[in-house]
Formats: sequence, structure tokens, C-alpha cells
Amino acid sequence: MSDIAADNTPVVESEGPQLLSWDSRARRIVTVYIPLVCFLIILLFPFYWMGVTTFKPNSELLNYKDNNPFWIRNPTFANINKLLFETDYPRWLVTTMGVAIGSTILSLLSSVLAAYAIQRLRFRGSDYVGLAIYAAYLVPPSILFIPLAQVVYQFGLFDTPFALILTYPTFLVPFCTWLLIGYFKSIPYELEECALIDGASRLQILRRITLPLAVPGLISAGIFAFTLSWNEFIYALAFISSTENKTVPVAILTELVQGDVYHWGSLMAGALLGSLPVAIFYMFFVEYYVSSLTGAVKE
Amino acid sequence: MDATTWVAKRTKPNWLARLFDYKPFLIALCLAPALGLLLVFLTYPLGLGIYLAFTDTEIGGNGSWVGLENFIALADDPIFINSIWNTMFYTFTATVGKFVLGLWLALLLNQHIPFKSVLRAIILLPYIVPTVLSAIAFWWIYDPQFSIISYVLVDQLHILDHYIDFLGTPWAARWSLIVANIWRGIPFVAITLLAGLQTISPSLYEAALLDGASPWQQFRHITSPLLMPILAIVMTFSVLFTFTDFQLVYAITRGGPLNATHLMATLAFQRGIPGAQLGEGAAIAVAMIPFLIFATLFSYYALGRRKWQQGSSDE
Repeated sequence: MSDIAADNTPVVESEGPQLLSWDSRARRIVTVYIPLVCFLIILLFPFYWMGVTTFKPNSELLNYKDNNPFWIRNPTFANINKLLFETDYPRWLVTTMGVAIGSTILSLLSSVLAAYAIQRLRFRGSDYVGLAIYAAYLVPPSILFIPLAQVVYQFGLFDTPFALILTYPTFLVPFCTWLLIGYFKSIPYELEECALIDGASRLQILRRITLPLAVPGLISAGIFAFTLSWNEFIYALAFISSTENKTVPVAILTELVQGDVYHWGSLMAGALLGSLPVAIFYMFFVEYYVSSLTGAVKE
Repeated sequence: MDATTWVAKRTKPNWLARLFDYKPFLIALCLAPALGLLLVFLTYPLGLGIYLAFTDTEIGGNGSWVGLENFIALADDPIFINSIWNTMFYTFTATVGKFVLGLWLALLLNQHIPFKSVLRAIILLPYIVPTVLSAIAFWWIYDPQFSIISYVLVDQLHILDHYIDFLGTPWAARWSLIVANIWRGIPFVAITLLAGLQTISPSLYEAALLDGASPWQQFRHITSPLLMPILAIVMTFSVLFTFTDFQLVYAITRGGPLNATHLMATLAFQRGIPGAQLGEGAAIAVAMIPFLIFATLFSYYALGRRKWQQGSSDE
């Protein structure tokens, strides 16, 4: 983790002060482990419940008297089958993946260039441009979606994936730019000067020197952008109307909930399958994720 | 090739290469994509939204300027007034809950415990997973007939004698939403505050211990002042995003029962998109802006000023 630049404050494992004196084992169990286990149970229970409901047959699902609701007696794949083969779920998954990848690439590209211009090319007012880009992060989507719907409509993008690919960068670019400025700051400027003396052009420097050194930053920004666009809801709800173009979070809420009878089994299967891709993706890059989250706040 | 031709090549790169080394051009080129995207899809809509708030635009039609009519109509609209109170109550209660529990969790994680990094990864899960999908799980947990919470309280522990109607009455529904919001917010607060806690030097605690400080005194005089700058930033973000929350309410109650749980964001959506009254929806969204600015400034300066008073200069 030492190569993560945004995390430039020394991470000191604090010696739990209690260890030094009056701490006894029993006291530690009551004050530390029991609360911690309670937190874990509460934070993870909805996921467990999602999983249990997914694999339960309907007879067990709606009968708590004869079955222990916390466990499954006859696990079934019926709900997942129904979701995969009787709905457009695979299609929604592909759309969501495409939108997330598209907007991530678009935001990374523009953020890298912007961060390079602000941090490395340095011009008069570059700090203000950086601040202005960051201020854009403070404009919440909830106050933008109504006029944006109008804009998207005017551009003829309504109900197409491009509406999402082009609007997601409004909240991704500010974050990614700020993160990358932090990374570029940590790369010694002397390296670039050497390359300039050797006759490299600015773009060559960016491609051959700065970018390879900023790879951890790029990964962090990319992961963040991908999960944020996967999870986005309000724009996808407002700008997409046809069933086949919906993203997973929107489709599950609007397409699987029909009438007054809720099919909890397939709803939970949808929620579980929609969460798994980001959860797995996140597990692979967890350190990058944590460092970008905490780094961004410390900046 | 001899030395003279090589030198000539070196001093006269083609015009394209020279253009790309011309600094103002390069700066403009690098900033163009980011600024272009933000201007077209953020600044312009922000302005357009404020304009729309003063018109009677409907979806698919051009509205005309109506001045303050939308706002005057909203001021007499009990549902809108109610949504303001709901939003403020929701933001305040959920923020307090998130920070009390999040700080507690951060302090627990800052102890010497095994598998710390695994724990940290697991704890962030509620924050990673799409909010709507976990909201649907909460919706199922709050089901009036098959709620697992009711089942445990009534059939296992025999504390209550009837199932709780979590989403059927206004106050129960509000509290249910707040609990779901706190659940989702704890990980972010805990992990960012943990990062702040880890920057506090252990030698300070050792010194305090030698001086005979109690754990509460250590928290009061070392942890809290040193954590305040990062707490102010995390709180600002948290307030901002709780105030404009949309997903949880839309997924769990859709503003019901009887519009009792509408937040300003969900009301703006309902009037603006399915209701097709873009002008009125925009007016509700614009009405959020002053509250947002106030809440942001308050949480930033109220906490940030203490940092300044103590004369700490590090950011």
C-alpha cells in the first residue's frame, strides 16, 4: 500500500492504549468483540436474507409456522431460473455493464487529461479550475435530473444508453480528477524535466512517464467510477423508458414488481445477482477502493 | 544518415508535433473533454433547472414564463410543506445515527483485533452494493405479513403480541426509512473516520496514559479534536447526500403511505417525470438549493471553526 500516493499521511497502527494498562481479557470481550459482532450481524443480515430468500421454494417462503425462516430446507434454483430465462435480466445485465464500462472509460480519459493539465502543465488559474471541477461534485443528481431530462431529450438521446454514458461523467469526472491530481502530485517532477531535456514532447511524457507511474491511481479511479455507474439509479430511472434498455437496479424495481402480489423470491434473486458483480469486482480491488475513499476525504 | 541531417530533423519537427508542444493549445486540449462534459451536462442543466422553475413547462412542450407562480402554489401545498419537514427530520436523525454508530465502529476497528483488513472489506459491503437493491431487501424485511423482525419479536422472543406494520403508518414508515439509511451510511462514516483515527500518533495516548487520563478523557481531549477536521468533511458529504436522498425512499415506500414519507427529491421526481409537470418538479428541486447550501456551510463551518480555534494548520 505504500505506493498509494493519495494516502500520503503516514498510516500508524495505533497501539490500542488499553493494552498498556488496566485491560483484562473479559473486559475486552465486552467492550470490543461483542459490539463488533453485533455490528457485523446487522450490516450483513440483509445480504444473508437476500440469499436465503433467493433459494427458498415459495412453500417455505410464506410459511413461518412449520419452517425455520432462517434456514432453507429444500433449496431451489426456480427463482434464479425464472429471472434468467423468463425475464430480460441477461439483457439488463449487458446494458448495465456496457453503460458502466463506457462511462468509466469516458470519465477516466477526460479526468486524466484534466488532472495532467491542472497539476503538471500549470497555468495561471489552474488551481481555480481544479476547485471548480471539484465543486461540481457537490451538485447532487437529485436537483439536476429534471433539467437534464430536458437536455437529453433535446439531444435526441432519450431512452438510449448514450444518455447514461454521457451524463454519468458529471459525477464521475470531478471525483476522478481530484483523485488523479493527488497521484500526479506524488510523481517527482524531475522525471518529466529529464524527459523534456531528452527531447520528449509533452504528450510523450504523459504517455510514457506520468501514466505508467500513476497506474495505481488509475485503477482506484476506474473502480470507483465503475461501481458508481453500476449503482446509479435516478438518471437511469428518468432517462430510460423502454423495458429492454433499462439498467439492472431500475429494471428490478420497475419490471419485477407487478401489481400487489410481490414475488419476493425472484425479486431477491434479482437483487442478489445485481449486487454480485460489483461485490466480486470490489473484493478484487478492495485496497485500492479503501485508499481512494479515504484519500479523497483527506485531500 | 550523417550528423547534419539528424540535427535538421531534430530542430524542425513537423507542424503537428510543434502544435502539440505549444502549451496553451495543449492545456486547452487537455481540459476540453472534462470541462465540455461538465458544462453541457452539469452547468447548463443547473441553469436550465432554475429557469424551468419559473415556467409551466410540461414534458414534450415548451412552457411560458410564469414568474413565481410555481413557488406560490407550492407554499400552499401541504404535501410540499410536509416533504420539507420530512427531509429535514430525515437528514438530521439519520446523520446523527450514522455518526454515532459509525464513530463507535471506527473506534472498535482501531483496536488491535485479528483479521482487521478482512473486517474492513466486509464492513464496506453495504456501501458498495447498489442502494436500490439493498433497499428492496429492506422492503422485504419490512413486509407487513412476513417481516423477519416481527417474526423474531413476536414468535420467538414474545416481546410483542402483533406483527409491526412497518410501512403502513406515517411514523413507522419514517423510522423504517431512517434505519435503512443509517444502515447504508455506517460503513462510509466508519471507514473514513478510521482513516482519520489512524493518523493520530499513538505517542499522544501514551503521554495521556502516563498523566493518568481516563479513556473518556483521552477521547475528549485527544481523539475528538484531532478527528474534527476529517469529521467536518465527512459530515458535509453525508449531510449533502442524505438531504438529496432519493433511492431508498423511492424503492421502499414511493412516498407513501398517503405522501407522508415524501422527501423533496422524490416529490420533485413524482411531479416532474411521471406527473409530467417539469416546471413544478424543477421548482421543488430549486427549493432544495438554499437548504443544501445552508446545511453544507453549517456542517462544514460549525465543525471546521473549532479546528481553526485550536490553531492546527494541517489539512
